[in-house]
Amino acid sequence: MEYVNPEGLRLDGRRFNEMRQIVAEVGVVSKADGSAVFEMGNTKVIAAVYGPREIQNKSQQKKNDHAVVLCEYSMAQFSTGDRRRQKFDRRSTELSLVIRQTMEACILTELMPHSQIDIFLQVLQADGGTRSACINAATLALADAGIPMRDLAVSCSAGYLNSTPLLDLNYVEDSAGGADVTVGILPKLDKVTLLQMDAKLPMETFETVFALASEGCKAIAERIREVLQENTKQLEYRRAA
Amino acid sequence: MKNLKVELPPLKQTQKVRLERAMELIKSLSSTTNNSVIVADSISVNHKEAFLKGHGTSLIDGDLLTTVCGVVINVDKLVYVRTLRARYKPEVGDIVVGRVIKVAQSHWKVELNSTQDGVLKLSSINMPDSVQVQVGETQRDGSLQLLLARSHKYGKLDKGQLLKVDPYLVKRSNLHFHFIETLVIDLILGRNGFIWVGEHAQAHDPMVVDDENISSKTRQNILRIGNAIRVLSNLGFTVTLEVIMETFNLSNMENIDIHDMVGSEFHVLVTENQAERRRRCA
Repeated sequence: MEYVNPEGLRLDGRRFNEMRQIVAEVGVVSKADGSAVFEMGNTKVIAAVYGPREIQNKSQQKKNDHAVVLCEYSMAQFSTGDRRRQKFDRRSTELSLVIRQTMEACILTELMPHSQIDIFLQVLQADGGTRSACINAATLALADAGIPMRDLAVSCSAGYLNSTPLLDLNYVEDSAGGADVTVGILPKLDKVTLLQMDAKLPMETFETVFALASEGCKAIAERIREVLQENTKQLEYRRAA
Repeated sequence: MKNLKVELPPLKQTQKVRLERAMELIKSLSSTTNNSVIVADSISVNHKEAFLKGHGTSLIDGDLLTTVCGVVINVDKLVYVRTLRARYKPEVGDIVVGRVIKVAQSHWKVELNSTQDGVLKLSSINMPDSVQVQVGETQRDGSLQLLLARSHKYGKLDKGQLLKVDPYLVKRSNLHFHFIETLVIDLILGRNGFIWVGEHAQAHDPMVVDDENISSKTRQNILRIGNAIRVLSNLGFTVTLEVIMETFNLSNMENIDIHDMVGSEFHVLVTENQAERRRRCA
């Protein structure tokens, strides 16, 4: 099947280095300490953060000097075409772990001993790139909750089909069987916190795809910064009396 | 503006226009120096001078970066970031209102909207309920010790309503315990964002359980004040006694039913009122 036509257009009309449209909103779950909705094209994810709060389960408290970060990733049963049978399967467990590790690396847990931070991620619509959308949504939610972080963790994916590196794969492109590289970076500190790949790629191609995904991450970081800046300014001028 | 849409009831087109206009006015009246920052912004500091880095900052590679979203405050040599929507950070001497959530052998656990639950070691309170206490000391392991002063003002709270707002909307002031004489209502603004509105508690023996019912008029007033606070919290305005009373009087003047107070029209009215008020003070 042709994923990139001779003129360089993909199935949805994008070029190889174009991302899908991003919509980001903060403060959507009023009961949570921090929350956000993040959309990349048709993929829509909602994140809610509770914390830092008292540790609920004493058995989880291994280290007394750090905050415990718990993460739960789940896909709504209506999020994909076929109604999902089980909410929590192996993929969800794996993604919960991966996202937890990514966020834990970027939260300054030493500043909040004896507490736990809960990150809940719910995928409302899945069209490829859910793990990236989740990390971006979690970053926004954590910033909204006022939890100290080293930097904003942003994530984007890229793939390789029809001998072309492609940025931000959607579901159809993802299922094509080509490589899918997910990158998570801390833009200001210029560090990589997440790197995952399906399938195989020769080394030079991998470097090209990785560079493309990193560029995508930087663009998302800009957008996230805009949203947070607007939100902070608004809260401040409304409050000041 | 997106923030507002979630917390407010659905607005009609005219109401939206009025609300936006009032918000624009408030925005233009706010101070022009914009120090708001987000995560991982660099704070410009004069490196030649010694400076102290406070909350919300971290020194990475010689650059001072922020770790939270908020406003940068410079006090003498101290540079810190005041957060907006974070949980309550307890300070010694603060007045807080808490909800007792657990009763243990020698102490009570109190929910305070903070990183951890507070610990109340006390033997004079019978039944767990809402309590007004003062933060005593913070123990080394981070848990909070709460102090209960022996006066009728501190202690268990009865016959009223507990409201939860964001902690940053309650400013520190000299007086947190307000007695509204005209309505015979107590209003306690806890620094942790918990607000208590209730019938005035006279000095009485805490062991005697008062079973009298509150009058219907007092009940209505309590609810009206409660809703005024809810509206202010939805709109993100600082909650002080003057503002609450203004909103309360506004709702009475416009003859708005108590349950209509959380409707769209009243939200717009309060915003316009707030804009007027700030313009007068500016």
